[in-house]
Parts: sequence; structure tokens; C-alpha cells
Amino acid sequence: MKFSEQWLREWLDTDLDRDDLLDRLTMSGLEVEGTEAVAPEFSGVVVARVIKVDAHPDADKLRVCQVDCGHSDPVTIVCGAANVVENAFFPLAMPGAELPGGMKIKAAKLRGVASAGMLCSARELGLAEEAEGLLSLEGDHPPGTDIRQALNLDDTIIELSLTPNRGDCLGVAGIARDAAALSSAAYTPLAIETVAASITSNIDIQLQASKDCPRYCGRLIKNVRAAAPTPLWMQERLRRSGLRSINIVVDITNYVMLELGQPMHAFDADTLTGGILVRQANDGEQLELLDGQLCTLVEGSLVIADADKPLALAGIMGGEHSAVTGSTQHIFLESAYFQPLSIIGKARQYGLHTDSSHRFERGVDFKLQEHAVERATGLILQLCGGEAGPVQVEEVTESLPVRPAVALRRQRIARVLGIEITDERIETILSALHMQVEATADGWKVTPPSFRFDIEIEADLIEELARVTGYDRIPGSDSGATLAMHPPHRQEHFLADARQGLINRGYQEAVVYSFIDPAIQQMFEPGIAPLALANPIASDLSVMRTSLVPGLVQALQYNLNRQQDRVRLFESGLVYRQAEVLEQTPRICGLVYGAALPPHWSAPDRPSDFYDLKSDVEFLLQAGGTRQRAEFRPTEVSFLHPGQSCEIVIDSQPVGVLGVMHPRIQQMLDLSRNVLIFELKISSICVELLKKYTEFSRFPSVRRDISLLVDQSVPVAEIINIIEKSASDLLSNLELFDVYQGEGIEIGKKSLTFGLTFQRSSSTLIDSEVDSLVGDILNALHTHTGATLRE
Amino acid sequence: MQELSELLETALASVRDAADLAGLDQIRIDYLGKKGRLTQQLKQLGRLPPEERKQAGQRVNAAKDQLEEAIESRKRTLEEARLTEQLAREKIDVTLPGRGQSQGGLHPVTLTMDRIVALFSQVGFEVAEGPEIEDDYHNFEALNIPAHHPARAMHDTFYFSDNTLLRTHTSSVQIRYMQNNRPPFRFIAPGRVYRCDSDMTHTPMFHQVEGLLVDEQVTFAQLKGLLIDFLQKFFSRELQIRFRPSYFPFTEPSAEVDIMGEHGWLEVLGCGMVHPKVLENVGIDNEKYTGLAFGMGVERLAMLQYGIRDLRSFFENDLRFLRQFNW
Repeated sequence: MKFSEQWLREWLDTDLDRDDLLDRLTMSGLEVEGTEAVAPEFSGVVVARVIKVDAHPDADKLRVCQVDCGHSDPVTIVCGAANVVENAFFPLAMPGAELPGGMKIKAAKLRGVASAGMLCSARELGLAEEAEGLLSLEGDHPPGTDIRQALNLDDTIIELSLTPNRGDCLGVAGIARDAAALSSAAYTPLAIETVAASITSNIDIQLQASKDCPRYCGRLIKNVRAAAPTPLWMQERLRRSGLRSINIVVDITNYVMLELGQPMHAFDADTLTGGILVRQANDGEQLELLDGQLCTLVEGSLVIADADKPLALAGIMGGEHSAVTGSTQHIFLESAYFQPLSIIGKARQYGLHTDSSHRFERGVDFKLQEHAVERATGLILQLCGGEAGPVQVEEVTESLPVRPAVALRRQRIARVLGIEITDERIETILSALHMQVEATADGWKVTPPSFRFDIEIEADLIEELARVTGYDRIPGSDSGATLAMHPPHRQEHFLADARQGLINRGYQEAVVYSFIDPAIQQMFEPGIAPLALANPIASDLSVMRTSLVPGLVQALQYNLNRQQDRVRLFESGLVYRQAEVLEQTPRICGLVYGAALPPHWSAPDRPSDFYDLKSDVEFLLQAGGTRQRAEFRPTEVSFLHPGQSCEIVIDSQPVGVLGVMHPRIQQMLDLSRNVLIFELKISSICVELLKKYTEFSRFPSVRRDISLLVDQSVPVAEIINIIEKSASDLLSNLELFDVYQGEGIEIGKKSLTFGLTFQRSSSTLIDSEVDSLVGDILNALHTHTGATLRE
Repeated sequence: MQELSELLETALASVRDAADLAGLDQIRIDYLGKKGRLTQQLKQLGRLPPEERKQAGQRVNAAKDQLEEAIESRKRTLEEARLTEQLAREKIDVTLPGRGQSQGGLHPVTLTMDRIVALFSQVGFEVAEGPEIEDDYHNFEALNIPAHHPARAMHDTFYFSDNTLLRTHTSSVQIRYMQNNRPPFRFIAPGRVYRCDSDMTHTPMFHQVEGLLVDEQVTFAQLKGLLIDFLQKFFSRELQIRFRPSYFPFTEPSAEVDIMGEHGWLEVLGCGMVHPKVLENVGIDNEKYTGLAFGMGVERLAMLQYGIRDLRSFFENDLRFLRQFNW
């Protein structure tokens, strides 16, 4: 809601200066979103009357004018505007004037004729973006009057950001009414006189949809001069509220809407066939709206129609056919009450949002209609003449909103707000808000006024008391509430540890949008159909991610395009899949590109490989408490290299994947080096930790190193498994410290060297026992894998 | 005995001249070893007449002690010199860069959420979570935002179907938590939220932290006390803070909280007393219990905290942006 400060001050008598007034509005819940000066700074411009216009001796397009600018003698002004005519009033920038943008006016010669200043357009004064010709003034100020005074330009446009519960403040009157309750200011409503009918003509009104429109006021006004110009003062007020001037009748209905909050409409009465019918639209009916849109109506929309056709989308927008134009002779004014629920969502359905629908959706005072008609009639007769018929009111009283009294308990106010307010003060506040207050045993019975749609329960009244008292007058206090501990949250702690560990391992945390490009999703996981948004903001953000990988890969690309060559990123967040039920599961995903370590003077760069990443995954499993149970199994993952990837399995359940990006995708994305990726399901790798201490052996240990020759295809995990089984609990440590293929080793074989440490908890092991254990291990290895001891 | 003193002089002179520890050790062997020249003198004592033997023995032993002491002293000197030389030789350039993995860092959104969680944890708030793909009931209906409520227009909701949507605020977690817990309780719910909006000051995804406290004696004054405390601790300074009336369908009274910035008031969070209908919707006795609720935009707080200008930079994941929060 935008309006001019001067307009508000007509309705509100207050000593508050501008800043204090704005502050009061904001602090009462009518948030001032911004202010702007009505006109930019300029000076030295006065009202001037053109006395005489002559042709310029040397230029076809210029005129030489004699102008009265309030001095005893006329001055000569050279002017190029087409609309300069004798006896018209225009703004004149005198020598010494400074125009917006810093332009200084000096006396000058134009093609040989001296000009003592410049006649100005609205654009030159910063009052309009574009202007054709000079700004025509109305002559209600004598020549010489400062233009800022003549046009009331020392005014401020105030823009309020109103919350949807405050439909009552969508008019200058309503804002003044509320502001008066909050300050020492007085509400000074304009006295609106009833205009007696001078003719008896009227138009039949029928409320067929009385639940949606329980009240409809109309008035026929004949013989208006619809082509009359809108007075400058009204144009200016409309402009200061962000509305363009259309024609005098439309401008007046808009003016009344801005002033009183009642949206109005005027029909060209000659276009109506029969009377006015407020009814539901029939499916498929067509209506050309004022904005030129041809709209196919759907059932459930409310229309204003005549006997033949729909005329307007009720409460939203009028139709082109019945619109008032400069040639209109007779008009029919509409001022109706439409139920919010009948309008809400309807404008949107047709892609519309209008000043009218905005107000009806939030609730227009259902007692305001005749008042608005009278105000509009008064303005019409004053500004463009006409003969008014009687005010017609059709009403279905039982469908009108009711305002039941709300019980307010004295004790509940302190209970909710934490402060005491005296009875007297409570009654003063509520009365100032135009509520009817009646004392009861434990408080009051409060009846809200017709313009308030947001007072239904006790809490609504308590809010009003807090608002008028001022939130700043309610002191902050300590919480008196019960304080209790919560059990530790395992997953939360895991995530904190995991994040900290990963950043120590060089990863940078990323936060990627949850929706991605369906093409990228399909590139990575062609077997999975993603959830698609019905109304995505862009096609590349239109499906929910089914994996965190594509998003991180896009972040990688973004950085590679910005000269980064070593990237380590991780993200934790949800992935979304529609299985039998909708699954939203938390995952943690990491991506590594480029050298394993930052460049260092002591050694050449080594590219990151699978085993670097595996160590990071092992860290995460360890942090989650599942490292011991996790297995790494070769597997095929759509986006990973089939020979350099694996799935991680815990208790036979896959919990994640790890590997090198599939070269096909790498090529499609034009990435020059390997991308290493892991992705784990958080809830599967993170378990409650119940650690128990085990006594360690204090007897000396014995170490034996063995080198094995085994087929290249035998996985190391299998060998380790056999060693651990054969050695029983005497094996206290096992490490693989060499893997070798090449010279000296038969092709197709590999050499593995293990260090085995044996120890017993109850006594010292002797060599012969260890020899026999190693012998058992070698036998078992040979039997199961064909491994032999390397000589 | 002239012989002995000459021998000692010669020995002491060579000890003085010994250039290194190996040479010094050779001198020790030459004089004091099994076949050393002083050792020989001791061995020859037996040949002397008994009356001279004692005196001569004392002299030889004294000479031996003197030589041993000289050797020991020279050894210390040489060792010291050797250490000094070693230290000089082993000197490194300590200004060369250290070795090892680079240090990464957390995203500013995480850092900010962690800070918020840490502060509210101190006063007993638990962390709660809820789904991001929500149903209409939890995101709107139960929060007193029925279909066609004008407040829905402010939310610009992403939909999958009529009933399924991306949550527009973490307030939906309120409902889920209250359906599963009985008061008194207090929790905060950090997380991602979504609105169908994108420009310099809006991204289609951002983060919020919702907070809720329900108990028998909760007042608006306590809400103010709690949030003033929070804001001052969050920004680590005394702030000018104002609470201004506003409107949320699920709180009443409702307030927006502004802090004074360099160029005027800045909105930082929304809050209010839980609307009685919301408590009623989840079966909590709204006569016995009252509640306070608040919600804040994480990016907004992070922008104020770190001086970030463009909201979109949070989601570009540009390393040059992200690395600024590693310390």
C-alpha cells in the first residue's frame, strides 16, 4: 500500500513529525517498507501563464512566447513544445533554477532570440518517466507561485508492507484510523455527504450468488462528461499511490478505493442488456478483460453479468466491453462486498492480481458500500457532472459476516504477555480500536468492528493489547520453564565428527541445491526415475536429486572452470526417491580431483587414487562405529569405473559406494583427470557405540614376515580372511607391507608380504609354536588360494 | 724420576694438541692402555726396592690421574666442538612450508547453524528434524494456514502434487514434534527450506532454524528475553534490538525482530506465542500450556555475521568463497 503523507495527514491530526509518524506505523505492525520523495530536489520553478505565442523568425519548430511569471512585466521564453498555447499555465524554470539531475537554467539566446528561462515538461521536473509536451497546469495558482507549493511536491510517498490480516489498512482512512488508536493523534474522517438523487432511473440488481456476494450497491449516473480531464491534484495522488491516470471516471473509482479501501467499478450503462446479475460463471463462458486478455471462465468463478453475458470477473477485473471510455455517457457505479473465500485464489487462477482482488481477498468492510458510492458520486458530479439516480442496495443479510463477541479474561492477558495492564487501559485501547467493550465477571465481552476480519478469539485481542501497548514496553524476562537434559543424539554427533574429520583430510564442505537438471541425473543414474517438481523454477532445477554425486560433480566443474586444479568437496544431505513410499534419506558424499596432497617442494605431485579415498571412507566408517563390520566388494555402479569401484556392505546390506568416475561420464563432462567419488548412507554407517574394554596381553609378542606368491586375481581380503581364521586368537596384528608384480615374478602372479604378530594372553609363545602356526596358515592359504611361499 | 715428569709433560702436550676424539683416544691408549707408557711405569714399580716403591707408586698414580683428567677435559672440549659443528651443519630453513594434507573447512551455513544450535543447547533446546518433502497438512493446514489463506501467496510453494510439496519453512517440524512429544519441551529444528523465487535476495533453497518451547508458564516477555539473549550472544556484542508487531498465522501475538545495523534496522527473525489453534490441532491443552516459537533465516544471519552481500554465493560452491571460512 502506497500513499502520500499529506493525504494521510488529512485524515489524521497529529503533531508527530515524519520520522516519528513512520516509526509509530512500523511499531504498530504497519511496517513502513520504504519512503521516497514525491519529486526530486529542484528549485526556481514557478507557475507561468502564456500570454502570447509567436513564430520564431529563424526556426520552424520553436515559438517565441510572452509569459506572465508573476513579475510586473511579461518575459520572453523560447519554447519547442507542441502544446504551448495562449492562456495556458505551465511550469517555468527561471534563470538560476536548478532542475533534477543538476541542470542549471541560465538566460540564453535560442537561434538569435533571448529566452529568460525554460518551460518544463513533467519529465524535466522528475515527475514522470516520459512526457509529451509541457506539463499543463490548471491555473488555480497565480503566476509566480512556486511549483513545489502549487503541486504539493514537498510530500513523501510512504509504502507500507501490510500483513494479510490487515485488510482494513488498505485505504488511507483505515491507516489513519489505526494510527490514531496507537498515538495521541486524532482520526479526522472526511465528512462524506449523501448526494440526493436528481433522477429516478436505476438498474435492476439480482444477487443469484448471495453467499459470495451478500451485498451489492449500485448507482446510475447519467450524462457524465467522461472525457473531462482528471484534475492534477487527483492525478498526483494516484501517481503517489503508484496508479496511472486512465480517465476521470476510472480515476475517481480508484481514488475512492485508495481513500476508503472499497474497490469500485464503473460500467458504461449503455452497454448493459437488462439488469445486473451477480452469479457463478458457466464453464467455458468467455470474457474479454480490461487488460485485453480473453479469458475462458471456469465454474466456481463469480461474475457480474447482464442478461446476455458476463461483464466482469467479480472483485477482480472489469470487462473490456462494458468499460467506461471518454465517449461514455451514462455510468453505473458498483460498490459491492464479496466474501474473501469467493475471491481468494480466483485471481491467481487467471494469472491476475489486482488492487481489487488484493482487497477483497483480505476482507473489505461490509458496511462501507453506500459510503463509497456517495463519495464517488460527489466527486463525479463535482469533476465531470451528471445526474445521479438513487443509491441501490441489494443485501442478503444472513449471508453477511457476523462479528460475534469475544470473551477476554483479565488473568489470561498477564498469563500470555507476562505483563499487567490496568483495566482502564485495556478498555481504552479496545475502544480506540473501535471495538464494543462490555465488562464481565472475569474480564470483558468484546465485539470487533465490521472492518476487522482478524479478531475471532481471545488471543487476537491479547495481540491487539500488546500491539497498542507497544512491544518495546514489554520487558524481556528469564524463562521460567522446565529445564531438562536430552539423551545424546548419535547421528548428530557422528555428523559433527565426520565433518571435522573430512575437513582435516582437506575437504571443503559444499551446499548444493536439492533439485537438479534431469539430464544430469539421468547421466549418473539412468535406472532411477527422479521425483519431478510440478512447478520448477528452471528446467535445470526441476527434479529432486537421487544421489548427492551429480551436484558435487557440477560444483567441481564450476571450480575447474575458475582455474582450480585440486578440488576436494563433500556434502551431507537428503536424497529423494519414490519407492513404494517416499524415501528421504541422509547421505554423505565426497569428491576428490587432482593431486593427493597440495604441491610441496619436497616431492613431486602424486595424483589421488582409489586408495586415498578408501582411507577417507574407512575413517567415516570408523567414526560411525562400523569399520570392523564393513566389507568392500567389487560391484558395478552406473557412474563408476567397473574395475575401480566397490560397494560397501555392512551385515549384507549395501551402505554406499566408492570408486573412480566412469570414463564415459568423465569424457562427456570433459574432465581431464580422474574423479574419485564416495557416497554413504548415514543411518547405515552410524551405530550406537557401546565400547567394552578388553584386557591386553602383557607377554612379549613374536613377529614373522611371510612373502606369498598368489594368482593376481585373488583378492587380498580373501587371503587376510584365511590368515585370520587359521591363526585363531593368537594373531594379534596383521599388516600387508608389500605388494609386488614385475621382474622376478611369474606373469599372472603377485607377491604379497605380510607381517604377522603373534601373542598369547596367558604366557609367552615359544618359537616352535609360532612355526607350527605359520605352517598351518601357509597350508590353509595353499589349499584355498594356491598361494605358495616366495623363496 | 726425571723420566716420569718428562713423560707426563709429553703426554699432556699431545693431549692439548689432540685434534679430534679419535686422536685423543689413541693418546689414552698410548699412555694409559694395557701396554701404555704410564701403565708400563706402574708395572715396573715391582722392580724397585720396597722402601722406594710406595713413594714411586704415589708419583706414578698422581701422574696417571693428572693425565686422565687432562684427557677427560680435552674430550669434553672436543665433544662440545663436534656438537657445535653438527648443529651448524644440520641447520635447516624453518621458513620452508610444512608438509601434509591441506586443511578444508565447513560451509558458512553449517558454521552458522552450529553456532545457533550451540547457543540454544546451552538453555536446554534439543535438535529436531523433519522431512523436506512435506504434505500440505504439516506445512500449512496444521499451522493454521488453510487452503486459500492469503499467507500462502507469500510462500511461493514448490509442489509435486496437490498434497505434496517442498516445505516452505521449518515450522512444519513443530507439528511433527508436537504430534510425538508431550509438553513441557523445547527444541530447535535447523534445515533446508524451499520457495519458488530467485533473484539477488532470494534463492529457491535456503536454510532456517525453527524453535519452539511449550510449557505451563511461557509468556511473551520470556520470548523477548530469550531472543535478546540469543542475538547478543550470536553477534557477540550489545545490540540495539526491537520487536515489532507482525503476522504469522501460527503465532499470536507475532513479532518480527530487527537489529540496528550500520544503515538502519535489519530484520533478523520472526517469532510469537504459539497460536492456540496450532496447539489444539496437535491435541495439546491450550488452556494449560502456552508456547513460544521463533524462526530465523540462516543465510541472513550468516550474511550479517560475515558481511556477505549476495545470497546466491552460498550455493555456487566456489572454492574462493568457501575457503574464506577456514581458519
